[in-house]
Amino acid sequence: MGYFLIRRTVGFVLTLLAVSVVVFAVMNVLPGDPALTILGLDATEDALDALREQLGLNQPLLTRYFLWIWNAVQGDFGISHSFRVPVSTLIGERLPMTISLAVAGMFFTLIIALTLGIGAAARHRKFGDWGVMLISQLGIAIPAFWLSILLVMLFAVKLRWLPPGGFAGWSDPVAAMRSLILPTISLALVQSAVLARVTRSSALEVMRQDFVRTARASGLSRRRVLWRHVLPNALVPIVTIVGMQFAALVTGTIVIENVFYLPGLGRLIFQSIANRDLPTVQALVMLFAAIVVTANFIVDLLYVVIDPRLKARA
Amino acid sequence: MNRRLPTNLVIGAVLVALVVGVAALSLVWTPHDPTLMNIRGKFADPSEAHWLGTDQLGRDVVSQLMAAARNSMTVALVAVLLGGSIGVALGLFASAVGGWVEDGVMRLADLGFAFPALLFAIMLAAVFGPSLSNAVLAIAFINIPIFARVTRGSANQIWTLDYVSASRAAGMNKFVISRDHILPNIAAAIIVQATIEFAVAILAEAALSYLGLGAQPPASSWGRMLSEAQTLMYLAPQLAIYPGLCIITAVLGFGLLGDGLRDISDPRLSRQR
Amino acid sequence: MLELTDYSVNFSAGAALRQANLTIKPGDRLGIVGESGSGKTMLALSLMGMAPDGATLSGALCVDGIDMTQRNEIEWQNIRARRVAMIFQEPMAALNPLRRVGDTVMEPMRVHEGLSHDQAQARALSLFEEVGIPDPAARLRQFPHELSGGQRQRVLIALALACNPALLIADEPTTALDANVAVLITDLLVRLSQERQMALVFITHDIAAVARATQDIVVMYGGDMVEYGPTAEVLKTPHHPYTKGLLDALPDPSRTTHDANGKRRRLPTIPGTVPQLQDLPQGCRFAGRCPVEVPQCAAQKPATQSFAVNRSSACHLNEGAKR
Ligand SMILES: Nc1ncnc2c1ncn2[C@@H]1O[C@H](COP(=O)(O)OP(=O)(O)O)[C@@H](O)[C@H]1O
Ligand SMILES: [Mg+2]
Repeated sequence: MGYFLIRRTVGFVLTLLAVSVVVFAVMNVLPGDPALTILGLDATEDALDALREQLGLNQPLLTRYFLWIWNAVQGDFGISHSFRVPVSTLIGERLPMTISLAVAGMFFTLIIALTLGIGAAARHRKFGDWGVMLISQLGIAIPAFWLSILLVMLFAVKLRWLPPGGFAGWSDPVAAMRSLILPTISLALVQSAVLARVTRSSALEVMRQDFVRTARASGLSRRRVLWRHVLPNALVPIVTIVGMQFAALVTGTIVIENVFYLPGLGRLIFQSIANRDLPTVQALVMLFAAIVVTANFIVDLLYVVIDPRLKARA
Repeated sequence: MNRRLPTNLVIGAVLVALVVGVAALSLVWTPHDPTLMNIRGKFADPSEAHWLGTDQLGRDVVSQLMAAARNSMTVALVAVLLGGSIGVALGLFASAVGGWVEDGVMRLADLGFAFPALLFAIMLAAVFGPSLSNAVLAIAFINIPIFARVTRGSANQIWTLDYVSASRAAGMNKFVISRDHILPNIAAAIIVQATIEFAVAILAEAALSYLGLGAQPPASSWGRMLSEAQTLMYLAPQLAIYPGLCIITAVLGFGLLGDGLRDISDPRLSRQR
Repeated sequence: MLELTDYSVNFSAGAALRQANLTIKPGDRLGIVGESGSGKTMLALSLMGMAPDGATLSGALCVDGIDMTQRNEIEWQNIRARRVAMIFQEPMAALNPLRRVGDTVMEPMRVHEGLSHDQAQARALSLFEEVGIPDPAARLRQFPHELSGGQRQRVLIALALACNPALLIADEPTTALDANVAVLITDLLVRLSQERQMALVFITHDIAAVARATQDIVVMYGGDMVEYGPTAEVLKTPHHPYTKGLLDALPDPSRTTHDANGKRRRLPTIPGTVPQLQDLPQGCRFAGRCPVEVPQCAAQKPATQSFAVNRSSACHLNEGAKR
């Protein structure tokens, strides 16, 4: 167990490092002169020199990489050009929005997907099963941003129940919640399509196993057998997909924030691209990639919590 | 055994034929020039001349949708071919060499999974400015690890077969065996994967173009049409409907076709699902 | 306490159980034997109200005098574990791998009898002792993969006993176990049945185990009960050609199974295998494989003939012999 933890943790840290190398390389080695990218072709040579100095571009590449990592570990991602504040401050301001969206999105994804998936498995080859499969097949093909637009047209433009986008801040919690309802639903509906299928097929697999018959023979209700015996055993493949979906969730959050004009990290990243704010973009990409890698690391650990047989082997 | 073709294959093939047919047709004919503006004729209702009406600049919607289909197919094709060939080559190489090289290549491929296409496109856009070719590169990039994994997994199975070990014992070069024996045997699995990734690529292109990281004006793209339509939803909500339906048709078509192909190429897998 | 009258289980492919008649009284120990595919498991599952989806049931199945054939799942849930319990052939797969075995055994007590955690745990502990699991307190906290096959089967027996059923159905409980463990489990089931005045239906391939464990025996073939009677009598003087075939196929320890050259001698077996449901003959199911077949066999289902109060068989030849 201890050995397993150490091995996984080392692997996790190495992956993070490798990811940071890729990010740094793409953002710093490829472009030629970041100062030129940032200031544009019509910048004066003096201004360029000053910026190079500020960005530390005169130092060797390797030094710059280690400086970046060293500072980043301490929470210092440099200064944003366009906003003229530390990138960490920007991230701190916008993180709550992105986290709320991602967590709420994942929460509703799990609820929708597990309910539909288990429900479909329980009605295998019947009408309900067929319906769930059809909906999820459609859900996989629907782009999240299009679904968002449709929802906005229905609930904001036509029915006027909810705001079409924007965010007035957390000071009015009810208004904040109202602004987050449509984004969360869009995110969750699209994500749950894939997960519902995985849940269904995984549950069907488990339902064929003997211990399910034992549970029924003990006089347990169908509902209890499904949720207490089938679901936990179906979780391993489900958790794998949830881990893989974190990448999609991160992407989805970035997209959805831009659809609904929500002031989160995803919106910030696009503003930074428009402003050619390379240090901010670099920090944010690294942050998002780190979230994906961390999610997969946590999934690895979860397997062991879910399945005692793995603990013995680990 | 039931000899009937699976339903998903049939539906998928029909949808794919429709989308690809329209895209091919747009090469030689569209009702109007998709980029031709006519401000006086903007927001026209559907008519004999404009089957689905016109947009905010008076451009013909049908013509734009058709041109967008062509662009979408092109992006997906180039991206999947590019990422797929690199991935397949890496997978074959890893499987042929084995040992720590194989482990290393696969670890590297795992790394690719940390970058969704969007993140990669964001980096490229920040550095080079947004463009369709950056979008293609980003989508191609995420395909590399996917194909490397599938190829290596299937190739490892073929390497254990008797006649492969025999040609190896006969002193044949590993890479020649990979090309002559392994590749033809895993082609079905790769084609299935490519079809599914084609659907994913269409979806990714639409999202990137919607966000302004893909097709740039005046090139037509379903995603970009949607981002323009979003700002007009009070004036002309219908403009936000058509491109979305096109995306769904294309994605659903390739997705179902891929599922169907897998069902007939590997009945064992389909029974599991 | 349990009674089957002309009970049948029909699938679109054919009848998996044909007009079964059976009475089980408290404390009875009944053996059921027959080749694979004879419908033994189908019979056992039917007694639990767990016939597979897609089966049409007919006839009467009375538990405690109440006909259960038309009852719904909820009513069956109240019968299972408390009146009728069952253990299965494959102890490796029959336990939820993610649960501590103690929690598995306690669950029906808590669900059916509303016991508190501590009460249930105390009862589980005494059940583990009763079924002969060493160091029961520690075992309660273990997972199935940490136990041996025999231990797991004991856990499953404890689970079946959790709510003091009046009837325990054991479907090939020893088939997956080592021979010496199998004997121990068989003896345990007999002891439990005697001590608790609990009826036992013991399904097996193992004629020696039936002889050891049961008072009465049902021989099944192709979904029919072809012979019934006291175990010792049936094994000594079988009336039905299928029963005779089964007994002839028995590896007799007094006969050597190796010939003079040390080669394995082929055991006499009944030629052929049990056909699929759709291929079974309409008349006597054994027609086509029967050594003493007469023309009417394939077409006409033989009636069940009683020879004594508790002895019967279904074969056209017996009818002839009596007449
Ligand atoms: N769900 C089902 N649908 C149709 N036929 C079935 C089903 N389950 C079992 N059968 C058939 O019922 C017959 C009896 O099987 P079973 O009771 O398992 O035999 P045994 O336990 O004696 O080996 C077999 O021919 C089997 O193919
Ligand atoms: Mg059986």
